[in-house]
Amino acid sequence: MNYILIAEQTLNGLQLGVMLFLLAAGLTLVFGIMNLVNLAHGALYMVGAYLTTWFYQATGSYLLAVVLGLAGTLAVGIVTELVALRTLYERDHLDQVLATFGLILIFNELIAIVWGRAALYSTIPDYLSGHVQLTDSLRYPLYRLVIIGVGLAVAVLLWFTVSRTRIGMLIRAGASNRAMVAALGVNIRLLYTIVFGVGAALAGLAGLLSGPIYAVQPGMGELILIQVFVVIVIGGIGSIRGAFAGALIVGMVDTMGRAFLKPTLATVLSPTAAETAGPALASMLIYLLMAAVLAFRPEGLFPSRGS
Amino acid sequence: MITTRNWILVAILLLLGAVPAAAAYFEQPFYLDLLRRVMIFAIAAVSLNLILGYGGMVSFGHAAYLGIGGYAVGILAHHGIHSGWLQWGLAIGASALVALAIGAISVRTSGIYFIMITLAFTQMLYYLGISIEEYGGDDGMRVPVRSQFSGLVDLNDGTQFYFLVLGILAASLFLVHRLVNSRFGMVLQAIRSNEARTRAIGFSPYPYRLAAFVISGAMCGLAGALLVNHTAYLTPEFMNWTRSGELMFMVILGGIATSAGPLLGAAVLLLLEDVLQGWSLLPREAVRDHWQLYLGIFLVLVVLFARRGLAGLLPGKNE
Repeated sequence: MNYILIAEQTLNGLQLGVMLFLLAAGLTLVFGIMNLVNLAHGALYMVGAYLTTWFYQATGSYLLAVVLGLAGTLAVGIVTELVALRTLYERDHLDQVLATFGLILIFNELIAIVWGRAALYSTIPDYLSGHVQLTDSLRYPLYRLVIIGVGLAVAVLLWFTVSRTRIGMLIRAGASNRAMVAALGVNIRLLYTIVFGVGAALAGLAGLLSGPIYAVQPGMGELILIQVFVVIVIGGIGSIRGAFAGALIVGMVDTMGRAFLKPTLATVLSPTAAETAGPALASMLIYLLMAAVLAFRPEGLFPSRGS
Repeated sequence: MITTRNWILVAILLLLGAVPAAAAYFEQPFYLDLLRRVMIFAIAAVSLNLILGYGGMVSFGHAAYLGIGGYAVGILAHHGIHSGWLQWGLAIGASALVALAIGAISVRTSGIYFIMITLAFTQMLYYLGISIEEYGGDDGMRVPVRSQFSGLVDLNDGTQFYFLVLGILAASLFLVHRLVNSRFGMVLQAIRSNEARTRAIGFSPYPYRLAAFVISGAMCGLAGALLVNHTAYLTPEFMNWTRSGELMFMVILGGIATSAGPLLGAAVLLLLEDVLQGWSLLPREAVRDHWQLYLGIFLVLVVLFARRGLAGLLPGKNE
């Protein structure tokens, strides 16, 4: 019985981990290459979830909704980059934080104006619902397995793109020395827009995948965004590898903490003490982990090479 | 040396001192309440300006100390201890300790790491506040009895509370003014403008930055103690990350690393919020319901086009 619970929670941790990775990959690339702190990354996650839910209700076809949702988030991301963020690349981090904080307020209110403040009901098609019998006694929701599969596939694809293709080479070069890449005649503006668009689409993908699991409502992006910050601080800013490792670590630690900390504490503390301390400690766990990592590796686990 | 700008600041404080009499004369006690809130946030912004403006440390987690100050008062009150000396002492002491712990880890880093780490630690404290059911958890709890100061000051009297807040604001402005013009402050500003050169002339940045971080946290903790007395209600929302963002915005809006900036920024931001939320002259309910949209647009525009802040508009030499 206990092993089944552990296996189930491991899968849950993996699912949260790949979700965090989808967000962290875009954020860490945008930071590594453009040196831009983009708090509004969570807003794109929200836009992805809203657009897909809305297109699914309007068209009735899930696959079409996914395609339109991704394309829509990509478009919103590119427009945001062209209109607002482009002027911020040369500014210091303080300006970037405040301006993108302002963008969050704008996005949240625009969403609330169009769709209202109440959470949107998001569904999945029949062929993705239901459970899969993994072993004799372990049944796991198919949809969560799909999320894990999509996340891992994206991770492989990203790894291949970044380390094996020409554009990936430019991205890595841009991350270590932007001025030099521009001097060699690469259209760095275009590279920025492409990278930002890919990051936006990945955030939208995370949003549309998470819609049926978490609530689709204004402000949904910020809560997960701060966890994503923890992920990239642990992994090392600017590194895809670090984002992947950090995301899986944070996903696992958070899920396991919530599932097992209380019963474990109950074996050493009194039940009432465990009742109080368990959830409190579980919600603090990833931040304590971050502090511990930083105490030993101030640059994160996989510091990106170069600058 | 007292500059023109600082004389203006003194004049603003004197004007604030005249407000209770004016409010009583025009029978508008509401403004007393609003300005008290403005001044409490100004104290928090003054403390943030010390590290953000003069120290160059972009702390995105300053609301943490508002929360710790608030919880120090709230928790003692919950257990029947209403002595303000104890409550406020604990608020300051606990904030300083937490700032020491957070600072010890985060001050070693810089740039984007510093921003994200301070944000993450504040979020950790926010979740801690949410998960402790004993002290209200998610919903928060009422703090019906205000801090008591052995009969010296009665916080239930609006005017006395107002003058206490004004006094603390003036004291914090004076303290930060003296600090940044002291040897300590000079080193701090030197580290901000060029860390390598400061090292080269023999100063280790770490202890100076950490000390500033702790002083700033303790000062903001006191603002938290004032805030919970002001609202008579304690919730984890004190530590919400948007609060940290608002505090940063107050400093920038007012003018970073200026003495009058934090007060001006807090006043303009809070009055603007108040106008957008409650102004009956705004055309439609719908506009008022979405006041954050206008706040967001205002914020983006200020950051993009008004870098010098409001203090830059005051007569006198730029600091």
